[in-house]
Amino acid sequence: MVEQIVFLIISAFTLTMAVIVVTKRNLFHAALALMASFLGVAGLYVTLDAGFLAAAQLLVYIGAISILVIFAIMMTRRLMQTSEPAFNTQAGFALLTAVIGFGVVFWVFYVFRNIWPLVPDTAVPLASKPVVPQEVLQNSVALMGRAFVNPAGYVLPFEIASVLLLAALVGAIIVAWPKAEDKA
Amino acid sequence: MIPLSWYLIVAALLFSIGLYGVMARRNAVAILMSVELMLNAVNINLVAFWRYTAPDRPVGLTWAVFVLTVAAAEAAVGLALIISVYRRRDSVIAEDLDSLKN
Amino acid sequence: MSFNLNEFLKSLVSLTVSDYLRQLWGDQLWVGLVLDILGVVIISTFCLLIVIFLIWLERKVIARIQQRIGPNRVGGRYGLLQTVADVIKLLIKEDITPMGADRVAYWLAPFLIVMAALIVWAIMPFAPGVIGVDLNIGVFFFLAISSVSVVSLLLAGWGSNNKYALLGAFRSVAQLVSYEVPMILALLVPILLARSMSTVSIVAAQTVPFLLVVPLAALIFFISSLAETGRTPFDLLEAESEIVAGFHVEYGGMKFGMFFLAEFVNTLFMSGFFATVFLGGYRFFGLENLVIGDGWAVGNLIGLVVFFVKMFAVYFVYIWIRGTLPRVRVDQILNYNWKFLVPVSLVLVMVTAVLDKFIPESFSAYARAGAHLTANVLIALVTIEILRAYARRQRRLTGGDSGLAVTAAEDHAHQETAVHHEPAAAH
Repeated sequence: MVEQIVFLIISAFTLTMAVIVVTKRNLFHAALALMASFLGVAGLYVTLDAGFLAAAQLLVYIGAISILVIFAIMMTRRLMQTSEPAFNTQAGFALLTAVIGFGVVFWVFYVFRNIWPLVPDTAVPLASKPVVPQEVLQNSVALMGRAFVNPAGYVLPFEIASVLLLAALVGAIIVAWPKAEDKA
Repeated sequence: MIPLSWYLIVAALLFSIGLYGVMARRNAVAILMSVELMLNAVNINLVAFWRYTAPDRPVGLTWAVFVLTVAAAEAAVGLALIISVYRRRDSVIAEDLDSLKN
Repeated sequence: MSFNLNEFLKSLVSLTVSDYLRQLWGDQLWVGLVLDILGVVIISTFCLLIVIFLIWLERKVIARIQQRIGPNRVGGRYGLLQTVADVIKLLIKEDITPMGADRVAYWLAPFLIVMAALIVWAIMPFAPGVIGVDLNIGVFFFLAISSVSVVSLLLAGWGSNNKYALLGAFRSVAQLVSYEVPMILALLVPILLARSMSTVSIVAAQTVPFLLVVPLAALIFFISSLAETGRTPFDLLEAESEIVAGFHVEYGGMKFGMFFLAEFVNTLFMSGFFATVFLGGYRFFGLENLVIGDGWAVGNLIGLVVFFVKMFAVYFVYIWIRGTLPRVRVDQILNYNWKFLVPVSLVLVMVTAVLDKFIPESFSAYARAGAHLTANVLIALVTIEILRAYARRQRRLTGGDSGLAVTAAEDHAHQETAVHHEPAAAH
């Protein structure tokens, strides 16, 4: 019961903030709401016993990505203060698409409700989190770490991810570097 | 007692909100923020499936970390592009960047 | 189970009252909730109140270093109540919001920074078994929260609608985000040695304090923690003589007080964290496990005292450095980080990992420590040699022996030469 209330509060917070992100015209406030939304998602990870990911979410999304976003907003702020509309002409169509998209997903859930039940306390599987010993959850970070460097695990994606990060680092610097003639 | 589907529905809602933002916002930074929301929705799903179906194997967590990595790289490059475009075109409105159109 | 005064006193001495009360009242939801909230209140109150003492201590010690007397009017000979008077003054100031400020950001920033400063105390092991919550990702939790606190600086800078505030915020964020990298890398070393991110396990693993095992990691962590807390010589965030007061220039009254408070709480936390990770926390030659008579675990109290002594010893070093070193320039600060600290800490992490892998399991803790210590000393010597060669080449290129010609940021000795620089105003 408590678990459900906590979950509902966190998800309501996350979704409200997400709605503010996509509707607020003041981009700085939208970025703040984005941070709050990330925080809510981190909360959802905690309810899923993924503390490591929650901390990583804080570190990467709030500590790095959001700050980058705010920097970008500040650097382009002359345009942010104009009173142009926040939405383009296809906003209504976009809303329709989003609603239909969610409707389709929900419909799929409904069709397969015996596999992924919508109602708690039914006798079908996945109605609640499977009970596992605390050690297994505590150990999941160590397992993940080993999987990253295990040739039978994810060593290749891991290496590719590091190359990707390096490429992004170099690429971002080159793209944003002012040209010689711009400086003059 | 939270069924898995609650997490999936929250993730689907978050994804739809992000989708709406990507399609409806004019500002490139706002579009990027909406993309981040969508990536988060995907991550919620990955972690939820990990916890409900395979808590003893770190598959979902691993992939969530990869999504995190990709999101970080994407934000860095995306924002660098936006800054660069702003320098050249003096605009970050996605619709103004139509030099490939004609 | 009924109340037993003897048992209660025992639990009081061993600092495990909450466990005793949990047993007494049963394992219900409200019991846990009440006790947890009580614990949070106690730790937060401690942090907020100790700041009053810390400010007094800092002023007094700095005054002694500079051959002054320091506060000596309010509260007796030693001016003990000076800070209380200051706090009262801050509290009764008018609460101003500047014109054109972004109200949400302006109001949110001081709360966020204090929240971030308090929340990290959850993972601080004060004594054996006395810890807010022993997370298995404790160190990582601290890093995550401290990276979030950067956000509040940006909020303050942007929300104030003031160019100095914005400049200060940009500087701070550049500095804090940069110094997070060597800090994380330096913390990886004790994590590697303890094979755990939990602060309790790290303390438990320190048969030999990690300061003696990996002194280089301790040094790097200490330098980057100076930068993370924005203290001298890295106090560019405030730099009164250059950008007025940095990001909190527009804040007055208690809102300013909250920034001030967060700074001191953060510094104290860093001292405690350094004591935990590198000085063995509450460990003191096994005395922390002392049990007298039938279950009077006084060892926990000893552990608490030991922890506090270590924490304040480190805190004293922070004050000492503040009283000794001048401020560095903004380009020096970033060069020093990216061209010196990060490479050294990367090499250190790699060497430690490889070495730890190759030391046989049969080695005792002392032999292991000796091997790591040797590796650390070697790395330090090689680094110094490289720096010396570099400085020599620089001198030859510039044709003079002036200390200023050396790229000061890469020279260890630059902190002494920095006195000769004019304060850089044009950054």
